[in-house]
Amino acid sequence: MKELFYYIRKNKFAYVSLYILGIFYFLAIFADFIAPYPYDIQHRDTPYHPPTQIHFFDEKGNFHLRPFVYKYELVDPVFKTYEVNYNVKYPIEFFVKGHKHYLLGIFETDIHLFGVRDGKIFLLGADNLGRDIFSRILYASRISLSIGLIGVALSFTIGALIGGVAGYFGGKVDNVIMRLSEIVMSFPSFYLMLALRAVFPITLSSVEVFLLIVVILSFVGWAGLARIVRGMVLSIREQDYVVAAKSYGASSLRIIVKHILPNTYSYLLIAATLSIPGYILGESALSLLGLGIQEPYASWGNMLASARSITAISSYPWILSPGVAIFLTILAFNILGDALRDAMDPKLKRLIK
Amino acid sequence: MFSYILKRLLQMIPLLVGITFLSFVIIQMAPGDYLDQLRMNPQISESTIEKLKQTYGLDQPLIVQYFKWLFNALIFNLGFSFSYNMPVLELIKDRLPNTLFLSITSGILAWMIAIPLGIVAALKPNSFVDRLIQMFSFTFMSLPSFFLAFLLLFFAVKTGLLPTGGATSPNYDSMNFFQKVLDRLWHVSLPAIVLAVTSLAGLVRLVRSAMIEALQSEYVLFARAKGLKERDIILKHALKNALNPFITILGFEIASLLSGAALVEIIVNWPGMGMLMLDAVLSQDLYLVMGGLYIGSIMLIIGNLIADILLAKLDPRIRQREVEGVLK
Repeated sequence: MKELFYYIRKNKFAYVSLYILGIFYFLAIFADFIAPYPYDIQHRDTPYHPPTQIHFFDEKGNFHLRPFVYKYELVDPVFKTYEVNYNVKYPIEFFVKGHKHYLLGIFETDIHLFGVRDGKIFLLGADNLGRDIFSRILYASRISLSIGLIGVALSFTIGALIGGVAGYFGGKVDNVIMRLSEIVMSFPSFYLMLALRAVFPITLSSVEVFLLIVVILSFVGWAGLARIVRGMVLSIREQDYVVAAKSYGASSLRIIVKHILPNTYSYLLIAATLSIPGYILGESALSLLGLGIQEPYASWGNMLASARSITAISSYPWILSPGVAIFLTILAFNILGDALRDAMDPKLKRLIK
Repeated sequence: MFSYILKRLLQMIPLLVGITFLSFVIIQMAPGDYLDQLRMNPQISESTIEKLKQTYGLDQPLIVQYFKWLFNALIFNLGFSFSYNMPVLELIKDRLPNTLFLSITSGILAWMIAIPLGIVAALKPNSFVDRLIQMFSFTFMSLPSFFLAFLLLFFAVKTGLLPTGGATSPNYDSMNFFQKVLDRLWHVSLPAIVLAVTSLAGLVRLVRSAMIEALQSEYVLFARAKGLKERDIILKHALKNALNPFITILGFEIASLLSGAALVEIIVNWPGMGMLMLDAVLSQDLYLVMGGLYIGSIMLIIGNLIADILLAKLDPRIRQREVEGVLK
């Protein structure tokens, strides 16, 4: 692990990516403190409110140490156009009292990191129901960021175990498992995802949907990994220490889990980092089509669902901002995974040989 | 060669049966079936439903239903779509050409851009140009296809430089042949760009690393020693060898294009298989889902077969091992 970190530090991009991901996860954990509004608070009087600009200089050019926002007034309720009212200023305050929330799920408090006392602050605008998109992105990141980790953990456990069993026992077991994985891999994955989602009712509680998506994505994702692990196990099982473990009577499961699979961990770590984006994308795609996380809960995918109307995109382009969050997260994971792969490569080659 | 193709085809049969059986089981696991929705409709009598049940063998055990479907599927009788009230084959015939058109256009586009970029990047590894190309490919590899589709749609609405959806203009039928071709190409441009850009990013990286490896090999050194022109060395010697593994990818590319295209199709309203499958899955239109998966897997198999044949044609090592039976 220390060695890995050394390589990441040497790679500028990877180091920055690691920081960005760290910040994202931090934001996700403290979302209810950092977000000025809860994810489900609707401001029906300000639908499609444009992003509020933060000013340090007022309209006369005077400098204010405390940043402020102007009031936006709805001038056309049909096309939802707003105009800035330069006469009304709302200073931005820190540690301001707002809606009640539970910090880390335990401590009850109503303090938010920032906010305005009377007016409204929508850093990234508001959606059709007047919900703050910035706050919703923060809350949504909890789902999108955790689904990658949990999904990868699940499918890698399944994949590594199945691949380990196939490689260790060989013969018929191996044959059956490999044919099965070929079938799963030959499916157009998007169709398989849709079909699996259709097995379960559309209306599920949000926790159930979350778990369901994880299971579906893992079901689609285990096969490729199992094949690679199998290939590695085939060569590892001939090693002396495996023979030794066998000779003192260790059970097959123990040999696979304790002696063989640890040799594949470095590979698994890289593969996991590189496959997290797939899970984030899978969740977003399902939610985008209305099959994943349901309103009022926010996920990056279902926030983009409103962008499926062309008029909405062209008039209120800020509803696309969750897409930027997805992009940055995936980019960071890709760069990190690539750097890890570069770092581990010589070692990996030796391992496989 | 013929026996080789036959052998390959025979190997694909268990795969096809496996895919269809698995999807059959999955669809059957879904709660209720399409008939439940018909039952809710007061205009449809109990006897009509009973009749439907018998025609499609819906009252028989799962395994009987499956084999009934499979034997019919072998002669491309894919059953009847309950929700569209049309034969499944007709529906798929309508949509499949659109999806194929989109996939092939985007595939060609992606390869046409990826190969030159990959070569340029490989000529001087770690140079400024190489880094630029790498950064470009990283960025687009991480850009979700649906997000890019949204961005391009936004661009299209604002500038009118790209189409905003659909496969043809409303006045398509009144155009002459030449205009029709142009109209189709114009409408395919946006989804094709989305798919090409998101898939070419990965291809560039692969072409680059394969080319770097090929350029360091001894036959390139030999060609240089012989005094061949650099152009010939790159295009005739290095590229030809570097591209071999990509022919295999080409086969799988078809499957991934098919499923990658589905989401983009739905977003830009492209009347292809994606939209059809989404509707079919949502309304539990059993035979339509099965038909779609069946055709999809056949396309995958054909794609792999084409890749295998191309590979055997181009690579003498594989030809000798697989086709002529030497070097086993």
